[in-house]
Amino acid sequence: MSDVSFVVNGKRVSGAVEDRTLLVHFLRENLGLTGTHVGCDTSQCGACVVHVDGRAVKSCSMLAVQASGSTVVTIEGLANGADLHPVQAAFKEHHGLQCGFCTPGMIMTATDMIARHPEGLDEATVRAELEGNICRCTGYHNIVKAILAASKTMAKVSKGKVKQAA
Amino acid sequence: MYSVNYHRAASVADAAKLVKSGDAKLLSGGMTLIPAMKTRLAAPSDLVDLSRIKELQGVKVSGKTVTIGAATTHYDVANDEKLKKACPALAHLASLIGDPAVRHKGTIGGSVANNDPAADYPAALLALGATIITNKREIAAAKFFTGLFETALKDGEIIIAVSFTAPAKAAYEKFRNPASRYAIVGVFVAKGKDGVSVAVTGAGDDGVFRSKEIEAALAKNFAASALDGVKVPAKTLMTDLHASAEYRANLIAVMAKRAVAAANA
Repeated sequence: MSDVSFVVNGKRVSGAVEDRTLLVHFLRENLGLTGTHVGCDTSQCGACVVHVDGRAVKSCSMLAVQASGSTVVTIEGLANGADLHPVQAAFKEHHGLQCGFCTPGMIMTATDMIARHPEGLDEATVRAELEGNICRCTGYHNIVKAILAASKTMAKVSKGKVKQAA
Repeated sequence: MYSVNYHRAASVADAAKLVKSGDAKLLSGGMTLIPAMKTRLAAPSDLVDLSRIKELQGVKVSGKTVTIGAATTHYDVANDEKLKKACPALAHLASLIGDPAVRHKGTIGGSVANNDPAADYPAALLALGATIITNKREIAAAKFFTGLFETALKDGEIIIAVSFTAPAKAAYEKFRNPASRYAIVGVFVAKGKDGVSVAVTGAGDDGVFRSKEIEAALAKNFAASALDGVKVPAKTLMTDLHASAEYRANLIAVMAKRAVAAANA
């Protein structure tokens, strides 16, 4: 057993876990944050993607103790109260999901992708960057559309902020 | 996953002590080891986490000498501005490994120590004539990769960094398995002051190797056209459900041609 502590979605949390506990299981079972999904168990599907210290990682391929001391953001940490995050809103608007199982991972991957490409995204880049996320319903078409739309919305918002700051 | 004891090493010296306990394994990004433990293909008693050791982090470029700390992630290798200037082929190679989430965690030291026969870095290090620096000694890449998942590392020996002289020209081309994104064939071509070297991953029966046939043709003329009609023998290549040895032999020449074209571009 090890003591672990994190900041998860802005709140400090701690607990004692078996060293073999995966981060995804700690999030789901200890913290009740069941938005992060376990899809494949073989590191391929990306349903478990969360952000650890600002980078998208697969929480099924990382021990909770490895992440101890880190800042973690899950799908539950994106929305601002009742206001959806722009990526969530874009998935809703563009119907970027059917069964929804892969959606939390898709959205966490998308927010990381948009943050890493402040210059903007094109379809080829979005498709290449979705390498580690598998969706078995949609054929990806609307997911790609949603991410491109969210990237544009977020660029506008951040430009507005820069203007305000100036 | 079986029960395991986790230790976070504060320094290389600390890790060297910790790794002596029980049947311990070194953990870096964990992108191979953790999945292997989940499926119980690996069951170490202890894990010694190297990923937060400062001295193992980062890329240094000094003149033509490039040194990459063992715990540097694929993402950081792919996006290092100094490396993109000194050896863009290696930065490009790092950007082709796995997927974004895997690149955020996986490290060059972990990949090299694991020596997966379809991993990308071994081809680069062999073709670049790199040196693998451990906490005990320096090992030339040619002597380091000894077989499938086998290296010259002794028990408990820790990779600190890899180092090489930036080549005049280099490129990496990979034919990826569409599901796993591992190389079915990957070819790294480098032209430096010691001539041309060409290393192949994903195809060899015994892991990464240098292709004599391709090197001989390129030594005379470093152009894609020099490889027209060059045959790579299939005898020592892998056959599996993804590709036959003959298919791989042909792919090696095709990927080498593309790599030379990219290196000359």
